[in-house]
Amino acid sequence: MTIALYRIDDRLIHGQVVVGWGKPLNARFIILVDDTVSASPWEQDLYRMGVPPDMEVVFASTAEAARRLDEWERDPRVGILVSGDIDGLAVLSGGNHGMRRVNVGGLHHRPGRSERLRYVYLSDAEAAKLRALAAQGVEVTAQDVPTAAPVPLMDFT
Amino acid sequence: MSEPLRGVIVSHAALAQALLAAVAAITGVKDAFVPVSNDGCDTGALTERLTQAIDGRPAVLFVDLPGGSCLTSSVRLARGRIDLAVVTGVNLAMLLDFVFHRELAPADAARRAAEAGGRAIRTPAA
Repeated sequence: MTIALYRIDDRLIHGQVVVGWGKPLNARFIILVDDTVSASPWEQDLYRMGVPPDMEVVFASTAEAARRLDEWERDPRVGILVSGDIDGLAVLSGGNHGMRRVNVGGLHHRPGRSERLRYVYLSDAEAAKLRALAAQGVEVTAQDVPTAAPVPLMDFT
Repeated sequence: MSEPLRGVIVSHAALAQALLAAVAAITGVKDAFVPVSNDGCDTGALTERLTQAIDGRPAVLFVDLPGGSCLTSSVRLARGRIDLAVVTGVNLAMLLDFVFHRELAPADAARRAAEAGGRAIRTPAA
């Protein structure tokens, strides 16, 4: 598996992803799965600013990500895939893909959500989506940075 | 005379608050900056904090890193507006320069603050 981290994080590309995870994993590319950003060159420039020039950034819609996941998994470089919401990763969980683990890295407060961890707020429906993902054989844990201990799904849903 | 520019320091964790305290300790000026932390914020919540900090006034946003959530929210807010400007890589030297040039237009104050901040980065012989 060359995608070393499948992450749900509503800040998308930011310091924890690029530096916190990217450095220890020696990631050479980041795939940002987001329908809005993938349709906006201006937004893409904004996210690219936070990434070193030697790290490639791929912007993909949810549909494109589902279509190209096999290609990215065959890439010999180490990659990180980030989605801002659970649905963006849930569509990638079918088939024979290599997504065996999902990292919940940051879902922050919004109306309808309640605090589960300092950096994870979920509605009941979102918690159910994560449990459904786990029921498909995907290991779901919460962990904002690599030096923190991963929190099992059952402890925050 | 028009109201002086507002400075908004946008950072991870408590860096913004600490920089504000350092500026006050050096200059005695306590009302030039408003600190904003991205702690616990998604993009929408951070934008809301920034909007409250700016409070409808002309301002320069001093962001800690040239990428990430602090930057993206700041640039989105400043896009297409002449009353807001953004500087990245905030340091104490640029904030001290800004304190005494708040009569400038936001873009001009941001430019000279960035130059002052850059000049402060050196590797002196020890």
